[in-house]
Amino acid sequence: MIVRIMGEGQWKLADDSVEELNAVDAQLEAAVTASDQAGFEQSFAALLELVRGKGEKLPDDMLHDSDVILPPGDSTLAEMKELISGDGLIAG
Amino acid sequence: MSLFKRMSTIFRAKANKALDKAEDPRETLDYSYQKQLELLQKVRRGVADVATSRKRVELQASQLQAQSDKLHGQAQKALSMGREDLAREALTRRSGLAQQLEGLQAQHAQLQGEEEKLTLASQRLQAKVEAFRTRKETIKATYTAAEAQTRINEAFSGISEEMSDVGLAVQRAEDKTAQMQARAGAIDELLASGALEDVTGTGTDTISLELDRMASTSDVELELQQLKAQLAPASSEPPKQIAPDATEASPRPAAQPQDQVQPQAQPQPQDGDVR
Repeated sequence: MIVRIMGEGQWKLADDSVEELNAVDAQLEAAVTASDQAGFEQSFAALLELVRGKGEKLPDDMLHDSDVILPPGDSTLAEMKELISGDGLIAG
Repeated sequence: MSLFKRMSTIFRAKANKALDKAEDPRETLDYSYQKQLELLQKVRRGVADVATSRKRVELQASQLQAQSDKLHGQAQKALSMGREDLAREALTRRSGLAQQLEGLQAQHAQLQGEEEKLTLASQRLQAKVEAFRTRKETIKATYTAAEAQTRINEAFSGISEEMSDVGLAVQRAEDKTAQMQARAGAIDELLASGALEDVTGTGTDTISLELDRMASTSDVELELQQLKAQLAPASSEPPKQIAPDATEASPRPAAQPQDQVQPQAQPQPQDGDVR
């Protein structure tokens, strides 16, 4: 699975990491939905760390779309809500 | 990953929308390439803009630092004159400046971070655009319109995701820079108006004026003393040329250079008139 962290690049994740990723993602989604600032910070950081740590960085000149796109690492809770709510922040 | 798969879907929809418009998909390759180059230009401009803002913050910080040093000097002077109240006032203002400086340093770090991010984004986009160009030429040379579709889709979705990413990075950098520019403008105005002297809001101009007045009067005294000290040894030499007798008269103020001798010479005839 290819994961993009916006503003950083793309990583290729092995299948066995995907379940782990899904677990952290569920926590994050819950925190964002509940507007839980501390939970958001913790789970988002964990999610990014998982991708950066376990993923294999793809070269910049590779043209491949991602299966999953994560917002920039310095996103705030409010920005995150906006980003996932639709096409609000994403420039065309 | 339901949450962020949705984001990926949004990105892909954008890429497909761009493709749908063209009758011959190969035509869209050149058009998209053009757009990519434009975006690359935009990112590079973004890097330059952020760098400009960063330099402005650096300049302001050094101006604030100079103000702060000046206040420290004033505090020392005030203390040496036994005016602890004024020294305290100067130091209070200085601590106000220190807060402003801290704010500027935080801004500086943030701008530096944005600059680095955009520089990296521009490098990544550059690499992708290069790859796209190669792919584009291959597709145009090798495939018919019908065959090309799948290849083009692949190339498109790969690049359009990067373009959305970079586009957002530029937008975020612009937003952050705009916020800081508003604040930087306010600090520029403060620096220009001299209102930063009152940054703590506790002092009035009179105290700053008093410090200045005390500083300037003591400067005057100091200068006077220096002048006197200069004149004392100087007066012992030039008189030798004016008149040999002047060596004995040297302690007297009369034994000064010509300009000052004249006004003293004038009263003498007046004395004579009165008599």
